[in-house]
Amino acid sequence: MHEYSIMQSALTQALNEARLAGAVRVHEIRLRIGVLSGVVPDALQFAFETLAAGTSAEGALLTIEEVPARFWCAFCRKEFVSANLYAECPDCGNPSGELRAGREMELSSMEVDRV
Amino acid sequence: MCEDCGCGLSAGIATTISGHDHPHPHHHAPEPRAEERQTVELRRAILEKNDRLAERNRGFFRARGILVVNVLSSPGSGKTTLIGETIRRLGPRLKTAVIVGDLATDNDARRLRDSGAPVVQINTGTVCHLEADMVARAVKQLEMNGLDLLIIENVGNLVCPASYDLGEDLRVVLLSVTDGEDKPLKYPPMFHTANAIIISKLDLNQACAFDLEAATANIRRIAPRARLFEISAKAGTGMDDWCNDLVRQHEAVKRRGPLD
Repeated sequence: MHEYSIMQSALTQALNEARLAGAVRVHEIRLRIGVLSGVVPDALQFAFETLAAGTSAEGALLTIEEVPARFWCAFCRKEFVSANLYAECPDCGNPSGELRAGREMELSSMEVDRV
Repeated sequence: MCEDCGCGLSAGIATTISGHDHPHPHHHAPEPRAEERQTVELRRAILEKNDRLAERNRGFFRARGILVVNVLSSPGSGKTTLIGETIRRLGPRLKTAVIVGDLATDNDARRLRDSGAPVVQINTGTVCHLEADMVARAVKQLEMNGLDLLIIENVGNLVCPASYDLGEDLRVVLLSVTDGEDKPLKYPPMFHTANAIIISKLDLNQACAFDLEAATANIRRIAPRARLFEISAKAGTGMDDWCNDLVRQHEAVKRRGPLD
């Protein structure tokens, strides 16, 4: 259950940036989380509610965009999205050693109120 | 209050203007502006701080030609036994130190000290994984000069440690025959990040009716490029291949030399 420390890290960065931007309130924080990142979005949501209490992001919306696992198949010479996190190409069945997306843990943007 | 315009004249504002004619020079309090909604683009890694510290660790290790191996598995898959036996077999070929992470106790550190290598125990408390700054702090307790190999035994956990770069050269994930053949399919993120995968406790293979072929096929579905070792640290099976691989990896790290 490392979602608490990951959410804390995201929230700290967001609150710092909000302060630098002269914001008084954070309305929404947007994250991009890869399906192969090992982080569970529901657990992040749960952690966010607890951690945001008493900060300028209290009650804010946490929007999590899940990034699918996208591999490159060297045999078919094309990318494929893995439905089950396994690396095998759905067309030729060969495993791919090249993951192109899916491990992201990114703080992408936020909506704030400035005075 | 100014009767002409209704503005509030607060005590601090000079109001010595005779007759108070408009346009009047006292200051109106600024109109309370409506709060302004704004989108702030961030686009940064959530674990940016850990990633930065991990890179710093990596530079520190590379400058000294030290091979760093992060060993990961579920609890009880044989990490400590494998590491102890690895140190004994490498003997004088590679001067080795160990950092070992657990939530509590120094049992693993005590076990590993029997191998003769310097060991630092990190107790993470309730934290389920090691982070780069914990490693940086532990390294300060070790004599790094002349060291060839640093083995980091991560907290036993097949999920969380996958997300944290420690500054290692190699990630080694253990799959013990007691874990079952399908662990790689159940925990893709961890196995996906592995540079090497060790099937451990091979001496219990038959007792567990472990299907080695199926396990290998499962590993290949997740981590087709990882180097694969089949080992019993207790019986010694496969240990030579593994140790020779570490020696080769260390030579490669030494050749790369210090970072620019």
